[in-house]
Amino acid sequence: MSRYVATPRLIWFTLRRDRVRIPVWILGIGLTVLGSVASFKSSYPTAADRQTRAAIVDNAVVKLFTGPGYGLTHYTFGAMTANELLPMTALAVALMNIFLVVRHTRAEEESERAELLGATAVGRLAPTTAALSVVFGADLALGVLLTLGLPTSLHDLSPEGSLAFAAALVGVGFVFGAVALLAAQLAVSARGALGVSSMGLGAWYLLAAFGNMTGIGALSWLSPFGWAVEMRAYVDDRWWPLALALTTTIALVAVAARVASHRDLGAGLIADRPGPPNAARWLDDPLGLAFRLQRNSVLWWSVSLAFIGAVYGSITEQAGKLYHHVGSLERYSAHIGASNAIDEYRALTLYIAVLVAGGFAVQAALRPRGEESAARADPVLSTAVSRSRWAGGHVLIALCGGVAALFLIGLGMGAADAISVGDAGQLPRTIGAALAYTPALWVLSGFAFALFGLVPRATGAAWLVLGGVAFVGFFGPLLQLPHWIYELSPMEHVPRLPVASFSLPPLAVLLLIAVALLAAGFGGLRRRDVATA
Amino acid sequence: MRAAISISGLRKTFGSTRALDGLDLSVTTGEVHGFLGPNGAGKTTTIRVLLGLLRADAGDMRVLGADPWRDAVDLHRRLAYVPGEVSLWPNLTGGEIIDLVMRLRGRADGKRRDELVERFDLDPTKKSRTYSKGNRQKVALVAGLASDVELLLLDEPTSGLDPLMQEQFQECIREVRAEGRTVLLSSHILAEVEALCHRVSIVRRGRTVETGALDDLRHLTRTSIRAETIKPARDLGQLAGVHNAIVDNGRVQLDVDTHELDTVLRHISALGVRSLTSQPPTLDELFLRHYGEVPEPSP
Repeated sequence: MSRYVATPRLIWFTLRRDRVRIPVWILGIGLTVLGSVASFKSSYPTAADRQTRAAIVDNAVVKLFTGPGYGLTHYTFGAMTANELLPMTALAVALMNIFLVVRHTRAEEESERAELLGATAVGRLAPTTAALSVVFGADLALGVLLTLGLPTSLHDLSPEGSLAFAAALVGVGFVFGAVALLAAQLAVSARGALGVSSMGLGAWYLLAAFGNMTGIGALSWLSPFGWAVEMRAYVDDRWWPLALALTTTIALVAVAARVASHRDLGAGLIADRPGPPNAARWLDDPLGLAFRLQRNSVLWWSVSLAFIGAVYGSITEQAGKLYHHVGSLERYSAHIGASNAIDEYRALTLYIAVLVAGGFAVQAALRPRGEESAARADPVLSTAVSRSRWAGGHVLIALCGGVAALFLIGLGMGAADAISVGDAGQLPRTIGAALAYTPALWVLSGFAFALFGLVPRATGAAWLVLGGVAFVGFFGPLLQLPHWIYELSPMEHVPRLPVASFSLPPLAVLLLIAVALLAAGFGGLRRRDVATA
Repeated sequence: MRAAISISGLRKTFGSTRALDGLDLSVTTGEVHGFLGPNGAGKTTTIRVLLGLLRADAGDMRVLGADPWRDAVDLHRRLAYVPGEVSLWPNLTGGEIIDLVMRLRGRADGKRRDELVERFDLDPTKKSRTYSKGNRQKVALVAGLASDVELLLLDEPTSGLDPLMQEQFQECIREVRAEGRTVLLSSHILAEVEALCHRVSIVRRGRTVETGALDDLRHLTRTSIRAETIKPARDLGQLAGVHNAIVDNGRVQLDVDTHELDTVLRHISALGVRSLTSQPPTLDELFLRHYGEVPEPSP
């Protein structure tokens, strides 16, 4: 058993290193679930409310996020918890396991800290065993939190069902901890290990989601996410699918241990793929570089935003009917002066999707700051490239990417909406409504860029401002904030199509503000030192 | 001889830290100029001012006849920079980065690039996140050396390279020198500076403390002598310019100021020489004399 020498000490050491990180994961996931459950009673006070909700869940697109939908005929709070919270929570638990396991295995090896330990009286498998023990311990701690917390947060939830709900999550966590452990043995870099694990995560999630959507149950049974949902917590409380998760975990861990005990430290089976030995023809100016650096980010944002749009759009018809059942939404309606429930829903969901796109607008505009801090601005700026051209490349990506993001939100939402209500005219209408937010998004980018040019140390404030804009948008109507606070948010100046009618002057003013902010950013950048830290 | 770089009275402060405190530097066209100093002396700051990345608080400076702050872009077509701490875009390959930087400079020479990639034994297909420190350094070196520019600003360019690659680097710099191009070489490796440089400037705490041709600077230094003499050498230690003398009957070991060398040697030969070895003054000694005695505050 010399391969395990010093495992307890390493477990303690791992806990010491992650004494903040692990509790944050557990509490973050746990409290989100408990908080959501606690709000059910006020949101859906009567059985009729819950049945209306069940009608929404019984929709092909929604099933991508909720599982196949069982217990819909008699939609109890328990069924609601299991259907609507379990799959997304399982996704979060899977991510927690993947990140933590890779962090304590392959990332350690890659940083060469593992050699420091490996050279001492530590067994070959001890670091791996310690990492897995800590992460599985975190899963169990989350399980205990939920088992005890769920019936406390909502008395209608049975203790047995809560235990099944928690066990389903622990099972998913174990499987993905083991997947990440194996990936960490195969890939040579932490990034590679995360990539392999995430591919497994994505493939399995989509397999289950596709099975749920189409009703082909056999597909779901091939995925750990399917096993978790099929435990049917609160409805049937079936225990045997848990055995599938545990068996899979044991098998994966055994394979990983076998690879781990035979390979060299630092070595793996999947090497990083080689890339092109020469740069592509278009990679010859700052814009090309900015595009190359932001390409993947732009792609992911685009796909996600189109998807978010499509999800909102696909339930337009049902949601419009439900809209007036939810009392708290009336204040939003009053705020935007709406009278038509379906249009209200469209305006509100578009607003939310655009806020998400605001994340892209800020991130892309701050990219040159990231480059500067990482000392990657120097190699470009010491060539025949001016500061304005260098940063301008990133600004152009932020501005054009912003328009593309809005277009894709409009496309996804409009197309799904058109199908949902059977009116093709919704597609151009929604795209137009989304594109009307362009100047507001540019103001967000412009503000971030102005900070970068003028006070580069304070660029984090751009995220605070985005948070403030989101807060005003979400909670302003509920808290009945004073009027002048709305005036500060660029998003509030955009006409809320299709509820409000189009109006050009506010957009022109926003555009001018965006231009002024960008000019201030470029001006500041020309005058200041280029920092490296 | 035109000055490729001329700096006088350069000052730069970061908050309360004074990085450069009246630094002077003069680099003649066509020379390889060694730029020496301990960590935190202000070498990197000086180079970043020369690149127009930092704005000087005070002082006059010209690089290739131009103002490095105002004329940065035009100037950068004519020079190349190799940083000491090379950070690269992790998801681009070494080859992509070399091509990109050369194209941005506006002087791409594919043939010379491929030849340098070969000479430095660099795999250009690897993503730069997988490169070791030495390999990252090679990427920056190839990107800098492959362009046909008038001036090279090299900031500790060989700190991560193995001896074989350091030799390769020295070979490249000799070629550059033969082509009449100018190099400012900041370095910690004194043997490298001795092998390559015509002149050196030594900076300390943001000021130039010594500058001149290597041969001239040697005169300021001491030669070490070991000798065995027939007659015992008793009074050698009392001679002017002799330091650290250890005399043990017929064996003697001492350091002598270069300008007193002749007198001391006559004295020794008068005793009857059995054997004599002398060590030339090294740059290390010069360096240590400027820095060794006073401990530097850590940067």
